[in-house]
Amino acid sequence: MSRRVLGPFNRVEGDLELSLDTEDGVVSAARVNSPLYRGFEQILEGKAPADALVIVPRICGICSVSQSVAAAAALADAMGVTPPHNGERATNLMLATENLADHLTHFYLFFMPDFARDAYAGAPWFAPAEARFKAVRGSAAADVLPARAQFMHLLGTLAGKWPHTLSVQPGGSARAISATERVRMVSLIRSFRAWLERHLFGDALEAISGIGSEAALWAWFDAKGPERGDFARFLGIARELRLDLLGRCEGAERYLSHGNYVFQGERLFARGVWDGAASTLLDFAHEDVTEDVSHAWMEGGVASHPLAGFTQPDISRASGYSWCKAPRWRGEVVQCGALSRQVVDAHPLARDLVASGGGNVLSRVIGRLLEIARVVPEMERWVLGIEPGEAFCVDGELPDSAHGVGLIEAARGALGHWLVIRKGRIQRYQIIAPTTWNFSPRDARDQPGALEQALAGTPVGESDDMPLAVQHIVRSFDPCMVCTVH
Amino acid sequence: MNVLWLQSGGCGGCTMSLLCAESPDVLETLEGGGVSLLWHPSLSEASGPEVVAILESCIAGTTPLDVLCVEGALLRGPHGSGRFHVLAGTGRAMIDWVRDLAARARHTVAVGTCAAFGGVTAAGCNPADACGLQFDGDAVGGLLGAGYCSTSGLPVINVAGCPTHPGWVLETLLALALDGIVASDLDALGRPRFYADQLVHHGCSRNEFYEFKASAEKASDLGCMMEHMGCKGTQAHADCNVRPWNGAGSCTSGGYPCISCTEPGFEEPGHPFFETPKVGGIPIGLPSDMPKAWFVALAALSKSATPKRVRTNATADHPLVTPVIRKTGLK
Repeated sequence: MSRRVLGPFNRVEGDLELSLDTEDGVVSAARVNSPLYRGFEQILEGKAPADALVIVPRICGICSVSQSVAAAAALADAMGVTPPHNGERATNLMLATENLADHLTHFYLFFMPDFARDAYAGAPWFAPAEARFKAVRGSAAADVLPARAQFMHLLGTLAGKWPHTLSVQPGGSARAISATERVRMVSLIRSFRAWLERHLFGDALEAISGIGSEAALWAWFDAKGPERGDFARFLGIARELRLDLLGRCEGAERYLSHGNYVFQGERLFARGVWDGAASTLLDFAHEDVTEDVSHAWMEGGVASHPLAGFTQPDISRASGYSWCKAPRWRGEVVQCGALSRQVVDAHPLARDLVASGGGNVLSRVIGRLLEIARVVPEMERWVLGIEPGEAFCVDGELPDSAHGVGLIEAARGALGHWLVIRKGRIQRYQIIAPTTWNFSPRDARDQPGALEQALAGTPVGESDDMPLAVQHIVRSFDPCMVCTVH
Repeated sequence: MNVLWLQSGGCGGCTMSLLCAESPDVLETLEGGGVSLLWHPSLSEASGPEVVAILESCIAGTTPLDVLCVEGALLRGPHGSGRFHVLAGTGRAMIDWVRDLAARARHTVAVGTCAAFGGVTAAGCNPADACGLQFDGDAVGGLLGAGYCSTSGLPVINVAGCPTHPGWVLETLLALALDGIVASDLDALGRPRFYADQLVHHGCSRNEFYEFKASAEKASDLGCMMEHMGCKGTQAHADCNVRPWNGAGSCTSGGYPCISCTEPGFEEPGHPFFETPKVGGIPIGLPSDMPKAWFVALAALSKSATPKRVRTNATADHPLVTPVIRKTGLK
């Protein structure tokens, strides 16, 4: 057995280090280290509860609105307020804009450039992939940056700016939208749709979201081949490289989604845990969540529920190898992200992909792009539904003592905030971010986290100090390391 | 001009904001200005040993390091070891990498308030012992010390903001590439004066409400947020309401107060962010350069003179009373 340490990884948000044990050219064990600790949960203690709205978005510049929405949901839960319909529409639009922009950033800027590396120079698909996806210089970056920036004008209007808005409030949105802003936003979303249909999909969004099985997906691809658009270019490469065989977590075929986009008491995307082995959808209750610190540089004993949890770093903990805690659901490892959301929401393509190959590099990327196709039409409905002149925000009173839970979906998956207020101040604030789930270290039962499992069994060259297969697997999760530890 | 970009104790939001640059976009702007990225953690291809080789080449002087950009606070903890951020794959604290690279850099740029002053990472009990490159809050010093100068002779250039506007970062880099920056281009906190000599108040869309002290009372109200909602736009240095964010936005037009995020120590204002601290009903933080007695006198006068339209609309989320139509010609 030999051990190698990999890092720094770029094109992941934040810093990441991997330790891989290999035997006979295959990864036998992986350990994931989140090497940055800032201590947001400690920072929040003792503050006025509403100050969380200033602090938590600054956990992460790429999931900033998601953190705001989770905090506002936790505060709203503590206050017992429900935003008016316009407030829900505005919040959903803000969250959707960030989530879709993140999917786009991930696909074009973080994930695809690895296929334009010189290491693939001999592949038949390489020349067009290099021209299109080369980091910094590829034609795709020049196409996507202006389109993404224009799409973000939605947040200029709805949120004042991105990242780090304070428009998201427990009672709704602090930014009322006028009739003319409403029509301007309609045109921004339609322009984004046109860009996606022209460059990413080469087809109508509804044609993509209507693909109902893996067989139908490949039939769609074969009909016009990789030249149809960037999604098809990816599919062509993925089929050649068998990305469906990379990055499966055999021991964690459980897909978590908190559910997302609440409107009038209903979630657009369902909440639950899909048990891949049993092909069953299970109920998710936050009471079933615990965080374990046995392999983190953290103080603490047995795993505890976040409402009873605390965060105190301890670099001397000998069993620790990461600043990340290990969240578990009913004691089990789960994975989360766009694929999980679509699986839990019973999208037939997502269910079929997971039934045949589980969560893997191919299915995780498809999950994100499928979600883009599904959410843009919903954004059109939300913005058209805005009723100018009606309320966007309701006022509420913060109780002196209370607790609140905010469970939402960021681009990368399940994000939870647990808040305890005592004597008008934050006594406890615990956060579990999507990559905390996906990139957790081992727990007290020595169960590796989802990425650690996904890496086991990966073939790696003996002399390769940064194997591309490992990089593909890591980036297929779209990790956000600054959220992971916070 | 070679730019090396490192991230440490921050959120990456200044990079994310940078990706929102428009007309031209960030990559085209950099290319047009002759700026080449030696490495950027979100944009570049290189990973692992390739990155370490770039850093070592800069430290050895083999690769000229024209600009070192640091995003995120510098984490000195625990106990001065810097182990709260060990750069992945190197076993070495990021603060040690930054010290070595800063010694070689022709210019050192702090991107964002965290890298400039410590920022939100230094809030509360400051668990990671975070500080800025050359400031620890408003005290000169920080990681590199009060006497630090890059090889150009300048102290750290502090492009403060949480996050930074893409234009602040790009125009700083373009100025360095095209003309150079001299000491008089920076204010007393090391911030480029092209944006830091302005106040957020300049161009605020709520100015008419401010003139009459017609104040917002709750989130989503249209009125001025200085009196009750904690807004510091009349004191905060930045051009946020002159230079739009994401096409059309700013904090105050987004419905929420300016929290003075370009200022050292903004993360610990000593009061809840959404409340204006007052003494005897008068806000403690008066507009910059405004004598208190005059402010009190003018505020009393303007409040008593507030038109019904302005007073009514201040506490609504959309205008309830429209301006009277006037003929403005000399007839």
